[in-house]
Amino acid sequence: MPIDKSMQVLIVDDYKTMLRIIRNLLKQIEFNNVEEASDGADALTKLRSGNFGLVISDWNMQPMTGLQLLQEVRADSRLKTTPFIMVTAESKTENVVAAKQAGVSNYIVKPFNAETLRDKIEKVLGHA
Amino acid sequence: MHEAFAGTRAGPLAARLAEIRARYPETEPEWVADVVRAVITALHGELAPPDSALLAEVEALGRTIANAKAEIAALQVDDITSAQIPFATDELDAIVAHTAAATNAILESCETLDTLAETLAGELAAKLQDATTHIYEACSFQDITGQRITKVVATLKAIETKVAQIIAAFGHRIVAGDEAELLLEGEAALLNGPQLPDAAMGQSEIDRLLASFD
Repeated sequence: MPIDKSMQVLIVDDYKTMLRIIRNLLKQIEFNNVEEASDGADALTKLRSGNFGLVISDWNMQPMTGLQLLQEVRADSRLKTTPFIMVTAESKTENVVAAKQAGVSNYIVKPFNAETLRDKIEKVLGHA
Repeated sequence: MHEAFAGTRAGPLAARLAEIRARYPETEPEWVADVVRAVITALHGELAPPDSALLAEVEALGRTIANAKAEIAALQVDDITSAQIPFATDELDAIVAHTAAATNAILESCETLDTLAETLAGELAAKLQDATTHIYEACSFQDITGQRITKVVATLKAIETKVAQIIAAFGHRIVAGDEAELLLEGEAALLNGPQLPDAAMGQSEIDRLLASFD
């Protein structure tokens, strides 16, 4: 079964440039239904009022970090199964372990390329 | 100093000095030196040789502190906190702003090319899209450099705090950031930003680590 590329995707980053880059890369792999959030709190509000099939989030944000957002998502009965990809410059072992323990679906280290983004999206959506 | 005097005739004096120091932690070292000089002058001729030697040492210590204070003042360390570090952080902020503006201009042109690519077909369209993909990937440098610059600014602020503490220790006002370095705990300890290439884990290592949980 092919991936439903019309699904709503939420991208979360406090750098507007990164939001623009990820949105454009997603567009190139035909994900056009993309919503943006500038931090974890903003993302949580949008997630609770929307119907997103995938979250792609940065970690290092204020006031709510990507990790806290992930924990909130996994603790929410309606959102807990939403695929969640962390895209971050934090590349230490303890970061990957903490994200995994919090229930991350996949982890992309910045800087990344379009192929890695496509590959991880396919993996978390179950079409590797 | 206190322990060094323990068991000597100077022991009670050292204990008394420690008690005074604890009671008046903000006291200027130079004032203490002045008081010691005044006491020595007043007691001249009435002291036993060991007492005189001890007081001479204390006086010498006072002179050393006063000299160190004068030398630090001559270095004009105030300039570091009042001008040089703010200048450096402003410059770094300007770098972030300029690179962000330049990156957005590049992205805008790239989006125009993408729109153009949609009107084309075949190999030409594919080539154009490959090119724009590479530009998008390269533009993520702005995020990485921004995070690195934020780390440098934090380091400069830590230096500023240390300098302010040195100034405060020698009797001047605290210029800024009187908080000592904080030991980061919990998630804050995980927020380190981009690692230098030699220390960073690559995507393939992260993939292996993640797979080890399965």
